[in-house]
Amino acid sequence: MDWLLQAVFAPGFFSSQPVRIAMIVGGAAAIVSGVVGVFAVMRGQSFAGHSLADISSAGGSAAFLVGANPLLGFVAMALLGGAGMEAFRVRQLRERDLVTGVVTGAGLGLSALLLYLSVTTTSTRGAAITVMFGSMFSISQAIMPLAVAIGAAALLLVALLYRPLLLSSLDAELAAVQGVPVRLIETLFLMMLALAVSLSAITVGAILSTALLVGPAATALRLASRPGRALLLAPVVGLVATFGGILIAYDSYGWTGGRGWPVSFCIVALTFLFYLATSLPRGFGVAVLAIDVEV
Amino acid sequence: MFSSFMIDTWIAASIVAVVAGIVGFFVVVRGNAFAAHALPLGSFPGAAMAHVLGINDFVGVGLFAALGIAGISQLGRRSRHDVATALSLVTLLGLGALFLSLTTAYSQGVYALLFGQVLGVPAAALPPIAALGAIAVAATLALFHPLLLSAASPELAEASGVSTRLMELLFLVIIGFAAAVAMAVVGALLVFSLMVGPASAARAMTSRPVAAMLLSALLALLTAWASIVLSYLSDWPIGFFVGVFAALWYAWGRLPIWHRTAARSR
Repeated sequence: MDWLLQAVFAPGFFSSQPVRIAMIVGGAAAIVSGVVGVFAVMRGQSFAGHSLADISSAGGSAAFLVGANPLLGFVAMALLGGAGMEAFRVRQLRERDLVTGVVTGAGLGLSALLLYLSVTTTSTRGAAITVMFGSMFSISQAIMPLAVAIGAAALLLVALLYRPLLLSSLDAELAAVQGVPVRLIETLFLMMLALAVSLSAITVGAILSTALLVGPAATALRLASRPGRALLLAPVVGLVATFGGILIAYDSYGWTGGRGWPVSFCIVALTFLFYLATSLPRGFGVAVLAIDVEV
Repeated sequence: MFSSFMIDTWIAASIVAVVAGIVGFFVVVRGNAFAAHALPLGSFPGAAMAHVLGINDFVGVGLFAALGIAGISQLGRRSRHDVATALSLVTLLGLGALFLSLTTAYSQGVYALLFGQVLGVPAAALPPIAALGAIAVAATLALFHPLLLSAASPELAEASGVSTRLMELLFLVIIGFAAAVAMAVVGALLVFSLMVGPASAARAMTSRPVAAMLLSALLALLTAWASIVLSYLSDWPIGFFVGVFAALWYAWGRLPIWHRTAARSR
């Protein structure tokens, strides 16, 4: 038995401090993104989620430049981006996508400038990679309390607004008839989205955080027949992908001669594989995952 | 600014702008915003892969653009379109993270791929840029009417024998070509801005499609040129200026509409 454990968990996995921090912050990100992601997929707001994450990179870059807590930067900029989208909001879907894209472009332009400044004025190397693609094993411990607080705030918002949020996600017109303030819910949801993606941005990086938002949620919605079940399943899928990714990345140091695969790559690859597995005919890859749902 | 080593940049940027302006007009009209954002960004890992394997950048970018198109159209059959696009995008980007970790090259190269570089367009890159750009423009012009029709009225298009699905796929391919052209200059993250900003302003200025398309190309040219000048003078990255100008163009195009709705609500 021992040799098997040794083979799966490379020595030092459980005692390593970076791994522990990565598991806690990554776990929080996976849970929050999973829950919020289910609503995002149902509401057709994957693009908005991706955009907020892209925009948040400007905040992450600014934090790099001034040496502040990067998570604070991500969150502040994502919320600002959400406010920007609200300010230019339009009804028509086609136009809404355009606005989203244009605001994203402006945010990314700002990131370009801030990253450039941080490369030229400080000696920070690799800021672009850390902000965009994350570096999970070098998350500082100081981030943990804020990460947990942001995760809790997002989940609390979801819990408080659960009914109206679900109703307006399923059928906005019906919700409006029943007296749900659809417009207000939409604004608040954008806030939840901003919190979720910025939390993921600190783990897998700004432009990859969409993976944790959309991947587990889409997988869960495929498997579960009801949204309520999907909401429970998506965080589980996200957690499995995150912990699995961390483990694979950690173990890969041994296989690749000390270079290792990036954690972000492993996590994203796992979320994509899970989603693909749900596309197979029932009875193949789904069997294992499906058991969870039937229970 | 006009010294010999900058000439290649001016030529490359002009080609990129015209291609982006023309293709961008259809992105705006057809509402392909997410795909137009995702394809260039998703093909950037191809350049990173090319570095690792030591092959031509354009081959890598083309391969990843093809993967992106396949992902968006195949996954899109079974699930929501935006979900398919998002998943294809992040999967390709995840591979990008892997390739970047394999190259010993440095954050500077990554930065250039993502946010563009003005000074780094080598003369050898000009022929492929010109060729790919010509293909993108020729394909767009050849499909001008069906592209427009299938966007304006899918039913009418189907009735007159134009397959909306085929048009969707072909247009994704065109975006892929435009992405490969533009990436070397404006960077993967801001190709989209150059496509969409000028085009939305052009659309607001005229309702005639051909005129709007030409105007879009012209405004994109102005944007690219102004960005080069400002980038050269300030030493700031070109992507920053492209992103900001695109937002301004868009706002300018929307002004009359905002004005109207404001007047109505008063």
